[in-house]
Amino acid sequence: MATLFGSGIKRREDPRLITGSGTFTDDIKLPGLTFAAMVRSPYAHATIRKIDTAAAAQAPGVIAVITGKDIAGKVGPVPCAFNVPNCDLKLPPHPALATNKVRYVGDAVAMIVATSRAAARDAVDLVDVDYDPLPATVDPEKAVQPGTAQLHDEVPGNVAFTWHVAGGDADQAFAQAAVKVSLRIVQQRLLPTAMEPRSAVASYNKATGQLTLWATSQNPHIHRFLTSVTLGLPEHKIRVISPDVGGGFGSKIPGYADEFLVAYAAMTLGRSVKWTEDRSENYTVTTHGRDHVEYVEMCGTGDGTITGLRTKIHAGLGAYASTAAPGVPTILHGLMYSGAYTIPNVKGTVIGAYTNTTPVDAYRGAGRPEATYLIERLVDCYARRIGMDPALVRRKNLIPADKMPYTVATGITYDSGDYHAALDKAMELIDYRGFRERQEKARKDGHYLGIGVSSYTEICGLGPSQVAGQIGFGGGLYESAIVRVYPTGMVRAYIGTRPHGQGEETTFAQIVADEFGVPIENVEIVAGDTESTPQGWGTYGSRTTAVGGAALKNAAVKVKEKAKKLAAHLLEANEADLEWHDGKFQVKGSPAQAKAFGELALMANVAWNMPAGMEPGLEASAFFDPTNFVFPYGTHIATVDVDLETGEVTVLRYVCVDDCGPHINPMIVEGQVHGGVIQGVGEALQEIAVYSDDGQLMTGTMMDYAVPKASQMPTIESHFTYTPTPVNPLGVKGIGEAGTIGSVPCIVNAVVDALAPLGITHIDKPLTPARVWAAIQQAKGGAR
Amino acid sequence: MIPASFDYVRAKSLRDALNAIGTDGTKVLAGGHSLIPMMRFRLAQPGRLLDIGQLAELKGIDLKGRGARIGAGTSYRELLDSPELAERYPLIAEATRGIGDVQVRNRGTIGGGLAHADPASDMPAVMLALGATFNLRSKGGKRSVAAADFFTGAFTTALASDELLIDIALPAPPKKAGMAYASFEQKASGYAIAAAAAVVTKSRKTITGVTLALTGVGDRAYLADASGAVGSHGDDAALEAAVANVTKGIDVNGDIHASVEYRSHLARVVARRAIALALSRAG
Repeated sequence: MATLFGSGIKRREDPRLITGSGTFTDDIKLPGLTFAAMVRSPYAHATIRKIDTAAAAQAPGVIAVITGKDIAGKVGPVPCAFNVPNCDLKLPPHPALATNKVRYVGDAVAMIVATSRAAARDAVDLVDVDYDPLPATVDPEKAVQPGTAQLHDEVPGNVAFTWHVAGGDADQAFAQAAVKVSLRIVQQRLLPTAMEPRSAVASYNKATGQLTLWATSQNPHIHRFLTSVTLGLPEHKIRVISPDVGGGFGSKIPGYADEFLVAYAAMTLGRSVKWTEDRSENYTVTTHGRDHVEYVEMCGTGDGTITGLRTKIHAGLGAYASTAAPGVPTILHGLMYSGAYTIPNVKGTVIGAYTNTTPVDAYRGAGRPEATYLIERLVDCYARRIGMDPALVRRKNLIPADKMPYTVATGITYDSGDYHAALDKAMELIDYRGFRERQEKARKDGHYLGIGVSSYTEICGLGPSQVAGQIGFGGGLYESAIVRVYPTGMVRAYIGTRPHGQGEETTFAQIVADEFGVPIENVEIVAGDTESTPQGWGTYGSRTTAVGGAALKNAAVKVKEKAKKLAAHLLEANEADLEWHDGKFQVKGSPAQAKAFGELALMANVAWNMPAGMEPGLEASAFFDPTNFVFPYGTHIATVDVDLETGEVTVLRYVCVDDCGPHINPMIVEGQVHGGVIQGVGEALQEIAVYSDDGQLMTGTMMDYAVPKASQMPTIESHFTYTPTPVNPLGVKGIGEAGTIGSVPCIVNAVVDALAPLGITHIDKPLTPARVWAAIQQAKGGAR
Repeated sequence: MIPASFDYVRAKSLRDALNAIGTDGTKVLAGGHSLIPMMRFRLAQPGRLLDIGQLAELKGIDLKGRGARIGAGTSYRELLDSPELAERYPLIAEATRGIGDVQVRNRGTIGGGLAHADPASDMPAVMLALGATFNLRSKGGKRSVAAADFFTGAFTTALASDELLIDIALPAPPKKAGMAYASFEQKASGYAIAAAAAVVTKSRKTITGVTLALTGVGDRAYLADASGAVGSHGDDAALEAAVANVTKGIDVNGDIHASVEYRSHLARVVARRAIALALSRAG
């Protein structure tokens, strides 16, 4: 039987998902269901003088109007669970419903529960809140300047934390360097825009004290834990079900006020309650991504050896610290300051700022895209300064394969990789030299073509639990799985992660089916229900396959080991004399003496004839805690054509060479690269969340926030190298975020390369036509 | 995304519609692809919707003679499905292909879009460039308004509250005219930051006539003066000079997508590109 590992079979979840046969949270229907809608602040910053709910409470269909006063002492503050150490992190209380003060547009002040969604929505307009508006601050750099509006009494100067990272001696490297380049970079705020908005449904049985919460969650076990903490409900009385989830990109990691409030309402009212945000609400209250203002510099020799990197980062957290927010611009960002290079001296300071904006948390890549972008922009600036081709500078500074595993300046150890191979392959595929010649010629004809390179490595497969503890992550980072074999040989595997579009229902079944030599149809993967699945920490940080897949593999191996012992017993053979062949254990040299997996499943489950001391049944659970993170890497190269007249950027070719180890399902890997690259190209060219100075989100709908459309995106030429990691038994590294991490800088580098003849050295993303045109006008004005 | 509550009436006939239209708080619903989103955002909260989407009297394309008559209830899809219309007025097909997406074109109607008068929508510029006349009717009578007099501001038109746009009359296009639509789209909405519709005639190599209309630039689509191109061969310099003042007297929009300066610049670019493209198609 051919192995399924490495086979690009179609995704098993797709027939369900694309024919409308999935079950999403909003599809949950319960008897007597009621509907919640939130009353949200229209002001970015205001004190609340009075909340008058009388008219809303009288409105047709309204069951309850709940305010912050009602939940005092019953619904705890919305928790932050990433308590990054040694940075003086300040976590002011985040009330689920504001009582005294609102701190961003969308901050909830009341919840309506009504018999229909429409009645709840109508009643929202009837709640009369008397606000006293205050000055707002929206920019992470300005927010920490003196004299700026203050969000929290507990946080002077709006400084949430000041985090430092250092390795080597960067100050000395800069003092001695022949060449220094610096940039001010704005990494704009982004809206994750999962296809399915968030939703929650809660049902409470007063007699048993059992709460069931359906929620759009990337990590139902974390939601169970956070719900327990926030509502003071025993964890074993809470069942969190995350049914089909339509994407998250990080925005469905956090525990939100909305979910806790829905649970509280169900408990108090004795009715099941549903809340589903619409797209505008999603844009207003579901976490955003990025939001950095950065001062960054790089130094090196005159002949292309990079010797140091320094940063000062202003990272916006929004109005409150969301669940994982403090870890994103620190741990997941600053530890990667050497990038894919041997940069020996790095030093960074990250200043987290509270601003009157929607909370910012993990968004596809979470900290690593920001790190890669600033490094890769600096490499290009440095190359230009010393007059060396940027690709050659990269080649000169990439960590050599023979130095792997390699410990970088910040102290983390990259597991494996041949970074040069990926760079060389990408350069060959895009015909780098040939393009440089065409570019030269085109410039003479007044056409501005550019080529941009980005060599990245990223930290994912999060991660060893011991490290999680050290970095203040409020949970473990192992994974677990249960493999249960039924009497008929059919298999159900229960996993602790919660795939929500990544295809693990398929790839994980491939792992199990291979292990047992059974058709994939015999294997079902179960995720998302804390009642049936073992403790896990969720799907994010490109960890599901590298950690959860490894746990699953180990559980399957355990099952197979037991089956082998049983086979030896039934065949009256020595275990050592058995070999696994084509789905059965057979006696070496005597293949007729064999027990197929299905037969062993039956015998184990009926337990008529078990070896002495062996328990009946055929199932096993395994926990896998990796010894290290994994570090996928690669090189992305784009070529672009810039229309000088309009500023419009056209991507001519997009070539990426990624290495995430061996592929369980090459089609799914490629799909992850495609999705990641598109989100990165969107970030590079068109996506930006804009706030007005008084804190209104100006891009609150898809009419203004430019989610990439298929017609706007280039063809992606996706290629790979294959370097297994020693960190897990599958050899796999994460690929969910790599595309986003690798893509953003190569696009920007290509555009800046195209415009270099005008003297342009940097344009802040997104490189919208308006921004590119303005940069061109400025450069032309300067040249005159 | 739940609209405020409203009453709904479906007109069974044109007469029925004209009897109902004047009632206070009534808004006419055709394809709904502009109105419904505004209602879902609660930016529009009409007390009553009068649905004219089913009225056969408002549908259809009549190409008898050398001009055309297009029923206001004709969908964008139906416009695209008429090769004869595309043959006579290629400008309509070129602009319509860029309106919304497949679903919007299937449901959205030419009359609904024109009556909605979004300052960035495509069809008003096309109508202006083609010299359209809009036929309106109320319970009390009928009248005709030239496209140039129809658009009176952002989302406002010459339509009285009891009037319905019945159909659009297009004159015969100038002989051997070339037509082109050039749009520079805002990437999120797909609406024009600036777009230009041009109808150009020439004799041998010389431009003999230019009609140019712009949309997306100010509070309404408008006819712009590009007559400076007449008499030239349409070379870059001549066209550049001809479009230099196309935003003159216009209160150009500035927003998060395009500053006043950039939008004014783009207006000149799309104007020049539309004329050049139309010229290449003329004759």
